[in-house]
Amino acid sequence: MNIIYSSLLSVALSLYTLSMVAGFVHLFRPSPKALPWTIKSIQVGFIFHLLAFLWRCGQAQTLTVSNLHESLSFFALLLALAFLLVSRKNPVPTLGTFTAPLLVIFTLWALVIPHTITPQPPILKSFWLPLHVLLSFAGNAFLALGCGGAVMYLIQEHLIKKKKIKGIFHKLPALQRLDELNYLCLRLGFPLLTLGIISGSVWASFAWGAHWSWDPKETWSLITWLLFAALLHGRMNSGWRGRKASLLTIVGFVAIMFTFLGVNLLLSGLHSYAH
Amino acid sequence: MHILTLGLNHQTAAVETRERLAFKAEDLPAALQQLKEEADLSEGLILSTCNRVELYGISQDLDQCREKMINFLARYHQLPADSFADKLYFHADSEAIRHGFRVSSSLDSMVVGEPQILGQLKDAFFIASESCCTGLVLNRFMHRSFFIAKEVRTRTKIASCAVSVSFAAVELAKKIFGDLKGMKVMLLGAGEMCELAARHFVNQGIEQVLVTNRTLSRAQELADEFSGIALPFDKFRQHLDQVDIILSSTGSPDYLIGPPELSQALKKRRNRPIFLIDIAVPRDIDPKVNDLDNIYLYDVDDLQETVTENLDQRQQEAQRAEAMVDLEVTKFEQWIASLAVTPTIKELREQVRKISEQELNKTLGSFPDLNSKDRRRIEAMVNAIGNKFLHHPINYLKSQDQCGESVPATTIRKIFHLNENEDE
Repeated sequence: MNIIYSSLLSVALSLYTLSMVAGFVHLFRPSPKALPWTIKSIQVGFIFHLLAFLWRCGQAQTLTVSNLHESLSFFALLLALAFLLVSRKNPVPTLGTFTAPLLVIFTLWALVIPHTITPQPPILKSFWLPLHVLLSFAGNAFLALGCGGAVMYLIQEHLIKKKKIKGIFHKLPALQRLDELNYLCLRLGFPLLTLGIISGSVWASFAWGAHWSWDPKETWSLITWLLFAALLHGRMNSGWRGRKASLLTIVGFVAIMFTFLGVNLLLSGLHSYAH
Repeated sequence: MHILTLGLNHQTAAVETRERLAFKAEDLPAALQQLKEEADLSEGLILSTCNRVELYGISQDLDQCREKMINFLARYHQLPADSFADKLYFHADSEAIRHGFRVSSSLDSMVVGEPQILGQLKDAFFIASESCCTGLVLNRFMHRSFFIAKEVRTRTKIASCAVSVSFAAVELAKKIFGDLKGMKVMLLGAGEMCELAARHFVNQGIEQVLVTNRTLSRAQELADEFSGIALPFDKFRQHLDQVDIILSSTGSPDYLIGPPELSQALKKRRNRPIFLIDIAVPRDIDPKVNDLDNIYLYDVDDLQETVTENLDQRQQEAQRAEAMVDLEVTKFEQWIASLAVTPTIKELREQVRKISEQELNKTLGSFPDLNSKDRRRIEAMVNAIGNKFLHHPINYLKSQDQCGESVPATTIRKIFHLNENEDE
């Protein structure tokens, strides 16, 4: 039973890896054929990943989004989805090149840790769990994508400022496009993140009797939320953009990763994954 | 049958000679007819651009071709032949094919890799074929040359980078703003360099051009050309926040724009980027402004450097392109060879002879007691059938050969399956 799940997930991982390789070949070599492969591989990889997820949900008779393996895999799944949605709305060439490495890291990580289906602790058996996780992770996925765009912005900006008009300068998109991408991801990701935190708080009031209990995960998600709130505010009211916005997005992404993983692996609290 | 080309280009002749020999597009149909008659060509094409004038033609024999084509040029333009004859190059057969392919692939252009020539060649071909001056060989020659041009463009990086300062500036602006539609440009100084660069920007869909100059009337003149607005020189700083691109080429000895002005402008435009191109020497814009966020400053040396690098790259890519052209020339020559009528006739006879022999051997083998007289009769009959069968096709081929039309050779080769490994 497990072998089917692992195989599906491995195929998804291979396709994400293919996408990453194609992306870097396109970036550093004169090969016009590599670029379409980055997006196509993520498309097909996403389908396999989704099948793996659904298979596991079917096996466990519930939405499997609770332990570390499931969280990593689910986050990668949503990141791939966010990438495909954004690419459809606002295609930014080479964004795939900067997204695929994240997909590879998270899917690979999910695959190498134990992933047998464990019975869920009764406290997690609630309709709120998938809602809370879906909203928060979807928000994180868009913001992670924005971070990919921010890294691209900083590289391209550096090349233009330092007058290095060769090599990947020609491959990376225009600064304006990258800034628009960053703003788009923020406008999609921030409301989702907000709803994720609110849904968590509502659920907490049912499950634990309090909306907010300053558990490390809660504290850190508040910090993350404030960072992105500041960025959104700055963008809307103070003309923050470009380099400044990109740097803040990257800081915000680090905070997301710490909230998502660092808190669980380093600190202990109510949100700890069942090990 | 021979492919010929005769002409001159920017390397062999100065612009004065080139313009005297140029053809107007509307005169081409008549000129083509005259060329065909006077130079005794079965097909003809004239390519006339600001950098080259070239005649292409198909002729049955090489003798006197060069002279006839020169005489045509001289008579058409009413010039003495010796006033330009030494500037001309003349190529025949494989060299003419190679020349045509190199021209279409822009390997023979003034700036290697610039794509305009392909469009010009297509126009020339369109006019020639509309005037019924091209036939089987030139049609295919032109189509192959368009094909190789496309191959060279897509498979080498020959045309991927800007090679003029103005183009480099446009390319950079595109990497900053994405789309230049709706952008506003300010020209500081109304000099020629500024005007040239501005023209490139306007072609990209710039929304508005502001011009300022110490003499307002000159600014107004240039502004009118771009349907823009002229600004008095002492007022231009108040408009810095409204423009996305600033092109500067004044004769001012001091910096006209420095960090304070731009910081202020940025604040007013909520940090939307400004791209400054300083082509003045001495410079008009304080290089320190490049340290400001969302300000990008390039001076003429920065742009020149990218251009030089790109040109080097083009030279390297051009060598790869030459190899691709070589291969294509060989292929085309093979096709030309397959057109020739004499070998076709020979092969046709040979094929019939082989078939007759095979069938005879088969049939005679089953009549072992046939006497030699009857044998010879049967053999004669089979040969007669073969020859009579071939009589009309061969006569037809021979008659066509004299007119220089070789369509039937290829058709007959196809019908009779002669050399099946033929190209395509």
